[in-house]
Amino acid sequence: MLFRKPKYATIPLPKKKIETPEGLWIKCDECGELIYKKDWHASQMVCPECNYHARLGAKERLQLIMDEGVEEFNQGIKSVDFLGFIDSKSYSQRLEDAQKKTGFLDAIITVKGSIQGYRVVAGILCFDFMGGSMGSVMGEKIALAVNECIKENVPLVIFCASGGARMQEGTMSLMQMAKTSASIARLSEAGIPYISVLTHPTTGGVTASFATLADIIIAEPKVLICFAGPRVIEQTIGQKLPEGFQRSEFLLKHGLLDMIVPRKEMKDTLGNILKMLYY
Amino acid sequence: MITGSLPFETPIDELEERINSLSTVSSEKTKEEARQLQKEYEELIQRIFSSLTPWQKTQLARHIRRPCILDYIPRIFDEFIELHGDRLIGDDRAIITGMARLNDETVFIIAHQKGKDTPTNIACNFGMPNPEGYRKAARIMRLAERFKKPILTFIDTPGAYPGIEAEEKGQGEAIARNLFILSGLKTPVIATVIGEGGSGGALAIGVADKVLMLENAVYSVISPEGCAAILWKDRSRTEEAAATLHLTAKDLLELQIIDEIIPEPAGGAHRNYDEAAQKIKKVITRHLNKLKNIDIPALLEKRYEKYQKMGKFIVE
Ligand SMILES: [Zn+2]
Repeated sequence: MLFRKPKYATIPLPKKKIETPEGLWIKCDECGELIYKKDWHASQMVCPECNYHARLGAKERLQLIMDEGVEEFNQGIKSVDFLGFIDSKSYSQRLEDAQKKTGFLDAIITVKGSIQGYRVVAGILCFDFMGGSMGSVMGEKIALAVNECIKENVPLVIFCASGGARMQEGTMSLMQMAKTSASIARLSEAGIPYISVLTHPTTGGVTASFATLADIIIAEPKVLICFAGPRVIEQTIGQKLPEGFQRSEFLLKHGLLDMIVPRKEMKDTLGNILKMLYY
Repeated sequence: MITGSLPFETPIDELEERINSLSTVSSEKTKEEARQLQKEYEELIQRIFSSLTPWQKTQLARHIRRPCILDYIPRIFDEFIELHGDRLIGDDRAIITGMARLNDETVFIIAHQKGKDTPTNIACNFGMPNPEGYRKAARIMRLAERFKKPILTFIDTPGAYPGIEAEEKGQGEAIARNLFILSGLKTPVIATVIGEGGSGGALAIGVADKVLMLENAVYSVISPEGCAAILWKDRSRTEEAAATLHLTAKDLLELQIIDEIIPEPAGGAHRNYDEAAQKIKKVITRHLNKLKNIDIPALLEKRYEKYQKMGKFIVE
């Protein structure tokens, strides 16, 4: 039986004729469906129609995953424009703009707290801050987070979202890959678990360092996870890439992830893993 | 016209050709002329090479006649046994690994191989490794550690290969794993950038106790072309991007990303392979002799501290 007629034909629904007063509705980036804003937030920015996981801010992520009583540490570490890097804007200006836009000093926050009662140190990358790019600050904060894990004997959880290394810091940003990987190696040697959660998108230098060095690697559904971005590959090979290439489901199939976990189950799953591995 | 001559090298190459043509005649008059031209030639090189821009250095680092690892191996080492394969899926020709003898001692070699003409370029994928290349390197790292032999790596790549299969096989993880392994590997590691140090694909064999760089080599987070395309959306601003990225050996020594610059023969490594090889050998030997005398725990601590210190930031 090679072909079987589906029992139900899928009939496209007529487009709902609804008024969209400014700010009441949100249009899903993936399927285009209009979602009532309250429902959108209630579903943790996951489209109820197509299960698209929209980007979650670092603070919202914290709220969703961590138990109450989170303490941020090393929040005062700031980037400097040590190369005098100017493209269409100066790096100093880019930093200032990103700080205003996000309220963060750089593209990562690190916190101490717990998940389902299990103590952790967590790092949350902030994609809205210069594409979550890794410069000296991200390198230093991850290194310090690892030191904290070793000192306190608690696991590390990092939520990744990054466009890669921060070009404005030149080769020094590349060195952050070495620095963070060396830290993760120390954590591993100390026998302390590290879980990384890959969220949309995780690419470049972050993929090629701490993001893929975790003991357990989890991804949200449909996340773009890659070293080389799809556009670079398309230019190199001169052809269009297949649908779903470099997405979570593709990586799972190729053995590069432990699991894909929808947002609403993330906290429970993390809690269970922490319990089974270490508590 | 000499193959692959760069625009700013043309006067040098022209003079070189004139000197070479004179060398076939042996009258007193031509000998005197040749001596005069030789002097001019040296001054010309000195003048051009003392003020190279970062983009010109990038071009030199990628020079089609620039010696690559297969040119250096017989000139630096006494013996070499190549070792193949990652024991998983293949043998990546973009990374050459093996054992060699240096001053009567065994060292392990891990190096990018770019090739020098179309057939050799294609055979080694222009020095752009796939995950199996990095995993072969990882296997050799462990082998060297097990037999307590130092590792010498030689960096010369435009970057890791951006291809469908490379991604399917986990290019990111393959690179990350090597950073992880090298950072704690219980044997001395010396990395030398001999040509182009292209981003993560270079760093994957570049975490080391000492990082050395040839005078005209470059080492960057992204190619000047890529940087110009992303930041200015304009590929014609490549020269500007090269300067902004601070990718020259001199820049990186100032930033303490590398430990020493190895001088090149006058006019660049491609003008005298033997001399370039001897210069590399001398500096590597000096570092190796020092590293050998440090006990392993202290060596690892120093390596770790070195990378922990990398970064420029302020604390409020
Ligand atoms: Zn949707």
